[in-house]
Amino acid sequence: MEFFLQLLVNGLSLGFLYALSALGFVMIFKSSSVLNLAHGELLAIGAFMFLALSAWANLPIVLAFALTLAGTFALGFVVERLFLRPLIGESLIEVIMLTLGLGIMFKGLLLFIFGGDIHDYPKFLPEGLSLQLGAIQIPSVNVASFIIGIVFVILFGFFFKYSSQGIYMRSVADNQPAALSLGVHVRRVFALSWAIAFIVAAMSGIILGIINGINVHELSAIGLKVFPVVILGGLDSIGGAILGGVIIGLLETFTGGYISTSLREVIPYIVLILILMVRPYGLFGLVEIERV
Amino acid sequence: MPKFQFHPCGNFKESYFKELTIFETDFGRLWLLIGLALLFGIIPFVSGPYTLYILNTVGIYAISAIGLNLLIGYTGQISLGHGAFFGVGAYAAAILATKAGFPFWAAVPAGGIMTAVVGIVFGLPSARLKHLYLLIATLAGQFIIEYVLVQWDSLTGGAEGIVVTNTSLFGLDLGNDRTFFYVIFVCFVGLTWMAVNLIRTRYGRAFIAIRDNDKAAEGMGIPIFPYKLLAFAISSFYAGFAGALYAYYTMSITPEPFNLWLSIEFIAMIIIGGLGSIPGAVFGAVFIVGLSEILSHVTEYLMNVGVSTSVAITIAPLREFVYGLSIILFIIFEPKGLAEVWRIIRSSFRLWPFSY
Repeated sequence: MEFFLQLLVNGLSLGFLYALSALGFVMIFKSSSVLNLAHGELLAIGAFMFLALSAWANLPIVLAFALTLAGTFALGFVVERLFLRPLIGESLIEVIMLTLGLGIMFKGLLLFIFGGDIHDYPKFLPEGLSLQLGAIQIPSVNVASFIIGIVFVILFGFFFKYSSQGIYMRSVADNQPAALSLGVHVRRVFALSWAIAFIVAAMSGIILGIINGINVHELSAIGLKVFPVVILGGLDSIGGAILGGVIIGLLETFTGGYISTSLREVIPYIVLILILMVRPYGLFGLVEIERV
Repeated sequence: MPKFQFHPCGNFKESYFKELTIFETDFGRLWLLIGLALLFGIIPFVSGPYTLYILNTVGIYAISAIGLNLLIGYTGQISLGHGAFFGVGAYAAAILATKAGFPFWAAVPAGGIMTAVVGIVFGLPSARLKHLYLLIATLAGQFIIEYVLVQWDSLTGGAEGIVVTNTSLFGLDLGNDRTFFYVIFVCFVGLTWMAVNLIRTRYGRAFIAIRDNDKAAEGMGIPIFPYKLLAFAISSFYAGFAGALYAYYTMSITPEPFNLWLSIEFIAMIIIGGLGSIPGAVFGAVFIVGLSEILSHVTEYLMNVGVSTSVAITIAPLREFVYGLSIILFIIFEPKGLAEVWRIIRSSFRLWPFSY
């Protein structure tokens, strides 16, 4: 029973991380229908920028965090302007391949600057946050990341629901020509969605880094784990990404705990194929029916 | 013997038959013959072991890249699992050779055919999925195949892999780079010939129709799903065939090389070479293999010059950076790839001095 509970807690916290890292991905897909294969590297960029600012430049944590968010926001604009904008209107495969190329490029650059080792952030979280549930202990980092994550999810929920930019973004995702004819600046919306996705990815990357340590390879592998998560939840649903993340996290830990540790890494992809065969639009995704 | 023709200075085709010809003039055939004579008569004898090694690698990768181009470039089905299929072919041939005692000439095509079967299985999702969903499904296929290769100990030897024995073809020892050069490039020429002609048949035209507009293709009576599966099968056959050659060439295989990175390399080859072009796939293979050799030379050079080993190690990731950058630059500035560059160079020679 205790083993089960421990697995449950581990699974939930892992799933929460997956959910968090899927958010930025869904954000880009929602507003520009681009499947971002560079997502893992976006996580890594944020995590390393925070590392450089907090540990190496010795800035105070809050300042470093704010600067990281600002920096990734600006970087998102730059990347969109330089690489994605020339491809507006091009075929899907070219855009996807471009994100693939971006991912490889960023990964090479990060490995070049920071190396392939695991880095750690300096400890800055108060110890008092850790929770004791019976025999199971939840470390303070997980609690803190949970709180930060929830805050961001709520903020972005409000952003999409009520702010004018959020409404523009949803309108562009829904019907681009209609949005254009109603006076929405579609290109600006694309740029903004990339910038916001960079911020969200940076934040997720930092949280992942606090919990697991930061490593380029690991973070870019998590970028690929995003696919089972978002396919399960539905590619364009934020709520779906969260639920999908939790389900995949639980699935992974329980497979690792009860069946075999080696199967653990593959089980999300097996589930992914099954979902794609049965319900490709996922739990909450937009159902598109096309009979060809 | 048709009448001696020169290139017309415009597009004056009067029949579909002319549109389908591979060689517009007899000079094309002549050049091809000269090229083949150079390839088989001169190159293996003037190049040293290192050049031969590079050429053999290019040949193997080019076969596989042609297969991927048939799938992505001609049929429009994006696949991120080609590296795994390459691995399946390598393992199939190695297992057949070591455990079932297949000779080389049987093991390699058998590896290709088994990979084609696996390719059909992983092509099944394409019945319902398109574009990005299919891409994600093939990505999952890549991971699942990798897992099977590592975990199925009794058959694949797990992480230790298989040592391929029995490497002889009709009494010739294949351990020799030069002999293997002939094997690879005879297969390469044969498979390229098949691919070029496949595109001219009804199957190839059906592939192109599916790529351009699947709804219209269905409307014109092309059964889409069987043709997609056929494309997956042919593409995996090429990958498996190349993988089998790779297994024999390297003599020992482990699951490691057949990872996602290899799939990405294949995709980089056909994007840089040119989507939807058979010569493009070959150009891409030359470019990627050449690039990776040049980068490893730069690394080695820096290490020897003695900047210090630590610098050389940190420079190694630059290879990924350059790969990524070249993919991006080609997509933005020359989406049709090196094949288009080659066409422009050729036509500028042909049209000189009246280049319009």
